[in-house]
Amino acid sequence: MKHSVLHVALATVALFGAGTVAANAAWEPVRPVEFIVPAGTGGGADQMARTIQGIVTKHGLMKQPMVVINKSGGAGGEGFLDVKGSGNNPHKIIITLSNLFTTPLATGIPFNWKDMTPVAMLALDEFVLWVNAEKLYNTVKDFVDAVKQAPSGSMKMGGTGSKQEDQIITVAVEKATGAKFTYIPYKGGGEVAVQLVGNHVDSTVNNPIEAVAQWRGGKLRPLCVFDGKQMDYDEVIADGKGWKDIPTCKSQGLDMEYLMLRGIFMGPKATKDQVEYYIDLFKKVRATPEWQDFMKSGAFNTTFLTGADYAKWVETEEKRHETLMKEAGFLATAGN
Amino acid sequence: MTTNSPDAGPTHKAVEAGVTLLIALFGAIVIYGSVKAGINWGAEGPRAGFFPFYVGIFIIASSAINLWNGLRDGDDALFAEWGQLRQVMSVVLPTAIYVGVMPFTGLYLASIIFIGWFMRWLGKYSWLVVTAVALGMPIVTYLIFERWFLVPLPKGPIEEWLGL
Amino acid sequence: MEELVNLFHGFAVALQPFNIMVMILGIVLGVIIGVLPGLGGANGVAILLPLTFSMPPTSAIIMLSCIYWGALFGGAITSILFNIPGEPWSVATTFDGYPMAQQGKAGEALTAAFTSSFVGALFAVVMITLVAPLVASFALRFGPAEKFAVYFLAFCSFVGLSKEPPFKTIAAMMIGFALAAVGLDSITGQLRLTFGSTELLNGFDFLIAVIGLFGIGEILLTMEEGLAFRGGKAKIDLRVVVQTWKQMPQYWITSLRSCLIGCWMGITPAGATPASFMSYGIAKRVSKHGHNFGKGEVEGVIAPETAAHAAGTAALLPMLSLGVPGSPTAAVLLGGLLIWGLQPGPMLFVEQKEFVWGLIASMYLGNLVGLIVVLTCVPVFAAILRVPFSIIAPLILVLCAIGAYSVHSSTFDVVMMLVFGVVGYLLKKCNYPLAPLVLAIVLGDKAEEAFRQSLLGSQGSLGVFFSNTLVGTIMVLGLVALFWSLIQQGYTRLRTAVA
Repeated sequence: MKHSVLHVALATVALFGAGTVAANAAWEPVRPVEFIVPAGTGGGADQMARTIQGIVTKHGLMKQPMVVINKSGGAGGEGFLDVKGSGNNPHKIIITLSNLFTTPLATGIPFNWKDMTPVAMLALDEFVLWVNAEKLYNTVKDFVDAVKQAPSGSMKMGGTGSKQEDQIITVAVEKATGAKFTYIPYKGGGEVAVQLVGNHVDSTVNNPIEAVAQWRGGKLRPLCVFDGKQMDYDEVIADGKGWKDIPTCKSQGLDMEYLMLRGIFMGPKATKDQVEYYIDLFKKVRATPEWQDFMKSGAFNTTFLTGADYAKWVETEEKRHETLMKEAGFLATAGN
Repeated sequence: MTTNSPDAGPTHKAVEAGVTLLIALFGAIVIYGSVKAGINWGAEGPRAGFFPFYVGIFIIASSAINLWNGLRDGDDALFAEWGQLRQVMSVVLPTAIYVGVMPFTGLYLASIIFIGWFMRWLGKYSWLVVTAVALGMPIVTYLIFERWFLVPLPKGPIEEWLGL
Repeated sequence: MEELVNLFHGFAVALQPFNIMVMILGIVLGVIIGVLPGLGGANGVAILLPLTFSMPPTSAIIMLSCIYWGALFGGAITSILFNIPGEPWSVATTFDGYPMAQQGKAGEALTAAFTSSFVGALFAVVMITLVAPLVASFALRFGPAEKFAVYFLAFCSFVGLSKEPPFKTIAAMMIGFALAAVGLDSITGQLRLTFGSTELLNGFDFLIAVIGLFGIGEILLTMEEGLAFRGGKAKIDLRVVVQTWKQMPQYWITSLRSCLIGCWMGITPAGATPASFMSYGIAKRVSKHGHNFGKGEVEGVIAPETAAHAAGTAALLPMLSLGVPGSPTAAVLLGGLLIWGLQPGPMLFVEQKEFVWGLIASMYLGNLVGLIVVLTCVPVFAAILRVPFSIIAPLILVLCAIGAYSVHSSTFDVVMMLVFGVVGYLLKKCNYPLAPLVLAIVLGDKAEEAFRQSLLGSQGSLGVFFSNTLVGTIMVLGLVALFWSLIQQGYTRLRTAVA
């Protein structure tokens, strides 16, 4: 009898020990990871998520498959609420864009970024002021003068979505110049660029990736970039110019800076191990040549932040969006 | 109306009036929601509730005409016999239960029971056939959707326990 | 001439054994995706996108576009057999396809649908080959006002057709508009008609409404009439294909008209759904069999299918030359192009000749391969109707539930599907037409969006809808279509008065 008791005791110790070892080893997904995109198929966030999915699959960076799921309802509110409600499910991550801030503020849905756990900032998307290449505006000054001379509101600015980043920038441009635009919202960035080519709007603030093809084709002209410094990519795109040659808007007298977050979040109750796992995964993704090509094709700002730095950045941006949207009168009215 | 004779049933007129009233109620809800969203023509063109508001008005107006036309109609044909309606309910009720428990049991368990019930109860198939189809379909579904096309479907405690 | 040389070079690329294999694989996967509700074309292409990373870009895009063709073909199958359209542009196919299946003519309906799809797509590919650059610049002329005019035309050519009482048609259509309005208003970025419910944020997706109204509603009607699927006697051998082909040439005018409508709607970014409705509506009006539409007339299958596929194919052109996707599926294809470093846009035809012409050549071949694959399967599909109702019905119900769930991964949508099913049953019994309701759900918010974008641009002036010849012409055509029967009556009266 004594013998067997000893056995049981040993077995218990062994089991216990094994258990602690397993808990100490890094966490890993045990089922397919859902990668939520709070925007429609074909948009900037969707493209980035699908590129990541492709890279992860091609290089075998994860043992479990990664599944991209679009949850675009209510300007992305659907996706955010899904992650908020997912509790401690570590097999669900989400890629965010500026609607992380704008959607709750404009629609009043019960959500705040603090309902999720920040993982990593992958990149920042730039915004560029574009005009049709047939027009005679060669500099920001030409353009602003033309807008000021035209009857108030007769110049049309096209953008993606309503009360989102494009319209926030438009309002800021109006404030900086004193000119008045009529803002026309469209569903997707590609459509906005084509509307500009077809002269149905007079200017846009498209992201580089949305308008680069039309620039290369000689249909559009970039005037300035809404960033603190010029972009890094010096490859020639059209007319002997590259992204690097676009001046900052500030240097042209348009004092506005705006960058859009492309970052990863996960459920509210994620453990440190789980967050570490994904940070590590995205570090590997960033090291691949495919990712670097993607960054180059969209002229992204490749700042990478994690942990407290990332959370701090998000917090600052949230305050800034609140101020910007309040000034523009975009906040949801109570009771809606 | 409580008789069970084979040709008794609700009249077409009564059901149609009920449906028309429900549509009108829907129209009223739409109008209420539109008013909340703002129905006037703002500086930037029509506001969010402008179109739905008139859509709601149209629904109520056309329902009023439909109700009038329906009631004026002297025809007292049957909508359906009670027996037929019972047949319809024999699908609607189990499907409602199926749909209702799905968030708790997951899709697979609910489907097995639902298919099994349907085939055994309405189709009177032997248990062997019933079991084969009721188990086979969810397994095939699992393979196609979750394994090959990576579409996650709702899961319950059993799938959790099986580690799927 | 240079184009033709390029095209032949493209054929050489597409005809490599590996690419042909990829093509067949793509078509088969596409048909599976098209048949299963819940795996839409966009979904399927997106899921399979990463698989193609290990291939050369041309093979990869051939595979993805073949999945697209396969899904287009597959969408017609469930519409005809079970009255469940998996994609918005298959809705019009149910109007006559499903009655045909009920009369035991499922094989004929499927053959007609597949063949028409092929004809429509082929017509559009030939157009892309010949006039691509011209067409691209035409698409640029479409701003919000022009787009609204096209939607307006699509509505007008379809309404005023139904045999149901006019006020029931109006009520049904308005219900559709109201449902389409639920959720986020894209112009003001404000929520409406959601009453604080987070489930209603997403609005009512077309697929959920249609699965319920058409699919579940039909099962309930079948239950009421006893447990039988009519149509079990469908012929299930391949001779039905040849027999149907013999009949089809007599409808060449309908086919040609549908091709033209489809191409036009595909290039203007309105897309395949309005094209299919419009083509059906016009065919019903001008055909000598028009009175028989809705009761199982093969012409009522040919018209929408041809137009939908011509439009679906023609829509790839603006995608390639402008970078604007015409459908969610096309949007994912576009994402695929970007990942391979192929930037869609005006320079794609210049910088990536081999790729573009390889793709166009694969459109020819992929369609042909697709047609052969699906036609050989016609007997198999028709045989599904022989499965007893009490086996097939629960399976359909489960598949419908999966389809409804996977739209937004939400069990609330499955509940909505059942509600739509009961509503569909009641409305149909009370003589309300369901087609205008569905058309309004599909196009309602798009039309409203275009209308309000136009008014924003014109600062509130309605004159924008007649501000240039293009938009003015389309609007006038729409009004003519709307009042067609009145005009016809007036004309007859005038003639009798003169005589």
